[in-house]
Amino acid sequence: MKSKMFFAGLGGQGIMLMGQMVASAAIHEDKETTFLPSYGPEMRGGTANCTVIVSDKPISSPQISESDCVVAMTLPSMLKFEPTLKPGGILLINSSLIHQSAKRTDIDIFEVPASDLAAELGNSRVANMVMLGAFARTTNIVSSAELEKVIRETFGSKGDDLVQLNLKAFNLWNP
Amino acid sequence: MSKKVLMKGNEAFSEAAIRGGCRYYFGYPITPQNEVPEYMSRELPKRGGYFIQAESEISAVNMAYGAGAAGGRVFITSSSPGIALMQEGFSFLCSAEVPTVILNVARGGPGIGTIQPSQADYFQATRGGGNGDYMIPVFAPSSIQEGVDLVYEAMELSDKWQNPIYILTDGILGQMMEPVVLPDQVPFVDSKDIRKHKPWAITGYGDDDSKKNVVKSLRLAAEELEKHIQSLFAKYEKAEKELVRVETIDIEDADVVIVAFGTMARIAKEAIELLAEQNIKAGLLRPISLRPFPYEAFNKISNRTKVIISAELSMGQMMQDVKLGVNNRFPIKLLNRTGGMIPTPLEIAERTKKIFEEIGG
Amino acid sequence: MLQPVFEYTKGMNRVVTNFCPGCTHGLSHRLITETLDEMGMLGKTIGCGPIGCAVMAHKFMNVDMCECAHGRAPAVASGVKRVHPDNLVFTYQGDGDLASIGTAEIIHAAARGENITTFFVNNAIYGMTGGQMTPTTLVGQKATTAQAGRITDLAGFPMRVSELISTLDGAVYVERVALNSPGNVNKAKKAVQKAFDVQQKKLGFSFVEFVSTCPTNWGLSPIAAMDFLKEQMLPFYPLGVFKSPEGETK
Repeated sequence: MKSKMFFAGLGGQGIMLMGQMVASAAIHEDKETTFLPSYGPEMRGGTANCTVIVSDKPISSPQISESDCVVAMTLPSMLKFEPTLKPGGILLINSSLIHQSAKRTDIDIFEVPASDLAAELGNSRVANMVMLGAFARTTNIVSSAELEKVIRETFGSKGDDLVQLNLKAFNLWNP
Repeated sequence: MSKKVLMKGNEAFSEAAIRGGCRYYFGYPITPQNEVPEYMSRELPKRGGYFIQAESEISAVNMAYGAGAAGGRVFITSSSPGIALMQEGFSFLCSAEVPTVILNVARGGPGIGTIQPSQADYFQATRGGGNGDYMIPVFAPSSIQEGVDLVYEAMELSDKWQNPIYILTDGILGQMMEPVVLPDQVPFVDSKDIRKHKPWAITGYGDDDSKKNVVKSLRLAAEELEKHIQSLFAKYEKAEKELVRVETIDIEDADVVIVAFGTMARIAKEAIELLAEQNIKAGLLRPISLRPFPYEAFNKISNRTKVIISAELSMGQMMQDVKLGVNNRFPIKLLNRTGGMIPTPLEIAERTKKIFEEIGG
Repeated sequence: MLQPVFEYTKGMNRVVTNFCPGCTHGLSHRLITETLDEMGMLGKTIGCGPIGCAVMAHKFMNVDMCECAHGRAPAVASGVKRVHPDNLVFTYQGDGDLASIGTAEIIHAAARGENITTFFVNNAIYGMTGGQMTPTTLVGQKATTAQAGRITDLAGFPMRVSELISTLDGAVYVERVALNSPGNVNKAKKAVQKAFDVQQKKLGFSFVEFVSTCPTNWGLSPIAAMDFLKEQMLPFYPLGVFKSPEGETK
């Protein structure tokens, strides 16, 4: 079983962190994984995307031409990566910022108002964790339990409040 | 041995250098290798090592020359245009027989080019832009784990052969993350013990000036320089057996053999699976050492093979070595992208199929 | 019994140098190695040589040494010093090496406050390559690449390196001395001692400029060259301490 996915959005939205957390969870599950970021001169506000592969077997190419899942946090990233989805693939869109519907009819689409839900929690920066939870529960590529562990590892050094906030965001949205 | 950890290539290579006993690092910022000087500036001082942010790549390589000549284990890194600036220093390191491990996280050129990955430094690495008769062994990992293992081993090889060892990778391997198992720490050598390990190093000779050392490359008398170069090349010849590395997959029984290194080899591996689905049997010849190049491995390609494909992220620089390896036994075709563009496995598979059909396979 | 009035110093190897008659390199070599000998530091010193006439300094100075690429000695010495922080480390560089091609390295080694010593031999000409103009060639001074003499419209102005270095906070001791008279040579020796003392105390970067001669490429006899040094060089390159840990400045 090999799952190929894109996480895409704007710099500052925590796109890379989402991808890295999925890769870390895959290691916890004894799976093979690669995380490949797009890298460029942009810092905050520029486009950001990463490619993550999770597989039972060793992974050769970290580059992919088609995907099983796309997580799009902004409209341009949805437009760019929707066409890469295989039929039957999963598209997760941040409907708080994307007010346009996806075109494809041969894929499963989940509209997650991630930015709004995060704002309701009092911190719009955790929109990526809302989305990560949605990703976990719609794709099952890595388990929610492992991702929760990764959240604890990632934010543990910054205090329990932050861990709890991120876990809360992670568990906010269900399909 | 530690457990598997998820690490970014640049950080994993840095950690591998430290664990290989590198105590001295000199660097200058350039994308896509910036995580290396950042990591070294953070880690080396707290582990008893030294970091200097040099004023240029030219200074960085000369600091490496100084620390290496003084007997330290040294690591320097840059990316393509920065490596170009260092090459005068590489020539000096080779002539003076000073060990140093060099990492190039390559980007697209010529000129300032792009920060996207490239293999267009193949000539720069294997032929070198420094002056004179010298040779630097070049390894090209195709995974972060292999890069970690090669950087670690290069620390030892460089000391053993008293010559720089060059690791050529690219922005993809530098920037991506993969699970790696890190090797054990080789203890740093204390400054006062250096002479025991490296009797040639400039350490201050102590009480006995018959042990005075000079590290140099000037040999004004042509007879003397010729003799020195001949001894260097005798050393390179001796080292070759230990340094030549290659991975081959199914080349003894293939319709098509793809020759590719580094990142391109990874992508080609997946393309080979796609080709198998279309009943085209493709093999892979992956040079791990680009210099010495594994010419002899080409002899294992069976006569039923129809075409050799040199798959590279350059305008066909490696193909010149592929030609020498193939030795006119098969037609050779170039399958390339350049300027920072990376093909997908599907693109390689489709282009390979087209070449194979055109050749009448 | 006859008393020796002059002896070889342990710091200089007993070989014939490649320097021309009247050249002051021999003097500056001797001042450095004699000082190291007196300090008992010959075996605990590492020298970094230049490209130029002094490229073979390692043949003459009885200390561990390395040759450096043109202008890069301060970077090389910075690397050496990291490995052997308790040794004395020095660079020995001419004005082509230090003030032209190696400007970046010397400025940044000083700015970093590298705990090394640089000896700067300023004779205002490229010696080994045959008398070309350097950044310290005086206005009007003839060179093979300034055959009518240095013209500022074409070649700009000479650089006063000691003054430049002394503006950097990392440099703690900067002095310019000359090698044209017994009195000045004695002062030069004191400057060498002071520079190594500063390094031994780990106070930071120390820099000694020797105003020197090049009779061959100046086209002068050794004695006339000394006169040129005194009459032409010193008015433009004034002697003295530009900076010292005691706060002494010119």
